[in-house]
Amino acid sequence: MIAITEGARATLLNKEILLEAFRRMRTIREFEDRIHINSAKGEVPGFIHLSAGQEASAVGICMHLTHEDHIASTHRGHGHSIAKGCDVTAMMDEIYAKRTGLCAGKGGSMHMADLSKGMIGANGIVGGGVPLTAGAALKARILGTDRVAVAFFGDGALNEGATLETMNLAKVLNLPMIFAMEDNGYGEATPSSWAIGGEVLKRAEGFGLSACALDGHDFFQMHEAAGRIIKDVRDGKGPAFMHISTYRYYGHFEGDAATYRSEGEAEKMQKEKDCLMIFRNKALAADLATEKELDEIEQQVARLLDDAVEHARQAPAPGAADLATDVYVSY
Amino acid sequence: MSEKSFRQAINEALREEMRRDPDVFLIGEDIAGGTGGDGEEDAWGGVMGVTKGLLGEFGASRVIDTPISETAYIGAAAGAAVTGMRPVAELMFCDFAGVCFDQIMNQTAKLRYMLGGQAKVPLVIRMQCGGGFNAAAQHSQTLHGLFTHIPGLKVVMPSNPYEAKGLLIESIRDDDPVMFMEHKFMYDDKGEVPDESYAIPLGEAYYSRDGEDITICALGRMVNLCNQAADDLAQENIGCTVIDLRSTSPLDEESICESVEETGRLVVVDEGYPRCGFAADIAALAAVRAQPALRAPVKLVTPPHTTIPFAPTLEELYIPSVDRIKQGIKETLAA
Repeated sequence: MIAITEGARATLLNKEILLEAFRRMRTIREFEDRIHINSAKGEVPGFIHLSAGQEASAVGICMHLTHEDHIASTHRGHGHSIAKGCDVTAMMDEIYAKRTGLCAGKGGSMHMADLSKGMIGANGIVGGGVPLTAGAALKARILGTDRVAVAFFGDGALNEGATLETMNLAKVLNLPMIFAMEDNGYGEATPSSWAIGGEVLKRAEGFGLSACALDGHDFFQMHEAAGRIIKDVRDGKGPAFMHISTYRYYGHFEGDAATYRSEGEAEKMQKEKDCLMIFRNKALAADLATEKELDEIEQQVARLLDDAVEHARQAPAPGAADLATDVYVSY
Repeated sequence: MSEKSFRQAINEALREEMRRDPDVFLIGEDIAGGTGGDGEEDAWGGVMGVTKGLLGEFGASRVIDTPISETAYIGAAAGAAVTGMRPVAELMFCDFAGVCFDQIMNQTAKLRYMLGGQAKVPLVIRMQCGGGFNAAAQHSQTLHGLFTHIPGLKVVMPSNPYEAKGLLIESIRDDDPVMFMEHKFMYDDKGEVPDESYAIPLGEAYYSRDGEDITICALGRMVNLCNQAADDLAQENIGCTVIDLRSTSPLDEESICESVEETGRLVVVDEGYPRCGFAADIAALAAVRAQPALRAPVKLVTPPHTTIPFAPTLEELYIPSVDRIKQGIKETLAA
């Protein structure tokens, strides 16, 4: 149960990478947990979709990307943003609707983005970011660089025309693009097992994409497979598709009682399949890290998030002067 | 300076900008045409032949044919723009915005604002508009009103070959997304077009005719009908100012209001749908900013609030004609 494959071990011999991955996963979890608590207190305006439970997918993939590689995300985009290197304090400011936020308080949770980090944006439209990602991949193809682009999307977006059209376009134009489908079991309240006709991998293979199924609870498997897949895409072998099994602990949105799930389902998943727990167990069992090292990271991340929340609470809100700016570059 | 068609003027603008800036590329359905087939390469150059010949000079990496997947390639063009390229996507018919409107309305138009000003989206979406070919309800619309409604988009519609080249060059150089609308009835229209490169600023109207009695505002092909009406009425000693707005977003409000203050009478002629449309918008502008100067109610010459019909007899009734424009002008002068 806690064995690490030779391939995964080889990619993680570098302790710096291992600990950085743990730090990012832990940061996502802390970030989401705090928003969950503070949202219930009424501190956070707007619609919030949390990704606690899905950290290994975002981090397992983004550890292989540089700021020159692009990703786009979904309405559940905090984790991808953190995994891609977005500043946590500026993100928290954004979620608290502050002028100092990553998007100056104009985007919020559903539009988190930092182009300087290669993060094109979370997206309020299911499947909406997938064609945009193809554009970043198209840029790499036209300019002849070795950049890649990763579209993160959920199981719900697999039934959107935007996603399906883009899978075909990526194949036809041979774009350096990865379709990372995070199947957390539910499209809003409806099980993905009901909503997706046919088999996911066959669907992707039908478009001519190289496709594989991955356990999104296991960082080591995610990281190893993503490394291989991203390298192939970088080398011009054509677009690829990952069906990543994962789970979100919270509801579709903050305030969702998630009554469509069976009693105790989320608790059971967290107890048995939590990606942070599995990471810790595997890393310790394989002597890749010490308990002290991981504990220290947890404490540092907790302090970082304490500070981020406090900063967000105190930061200034945007005002009338900001209302009509940033619509056009010039008008 | 030489005489060129509307089609040639657009082709020339694309060619010059692609030569000038390696980040400019073209993407769309059949913009080369025949890609992957056994026949001629660059078989079509787009359904109207506008991009013909560009494949040969710039190659398939910059003249990119796509599958018939408007959402995917318009979205990809937006994604390329937001990551630093300068794409010109061809949507073929503006009616097809219906199949990719999320990428236009929710992504392209809003990226800059949602991202708090981080993003520039220098994307041009070229498309045909307009009726007159009996192409019926889904290939004849003029949807500038729909696009103008959305903050973040710029909307441009040239009325002759000279404007087509200059406005397209400006649109490609512009850092905001531009919906560039080409009336399909005008591709063979000829006019003087300088050989050298030039840009016409967006949001600056052109006084196509000067007259003291009445102001007429229009765009695209309707400008030409208004000028014909103005020429006819000049025989009856009626002096019309015809303002060719060139773009609806940005809109040259000053020129409209200045002229209305001089003439006191306003007719707006438009091929778009009337409700919440361009003509109603200009009428509202006059009511808000130039009402004291108005000596007669503003007249709107538009199609009825109706889907575009197929039958030639009906389409002729639908599209504003020179006669209807003249009638509108005379009624306004008599009011």
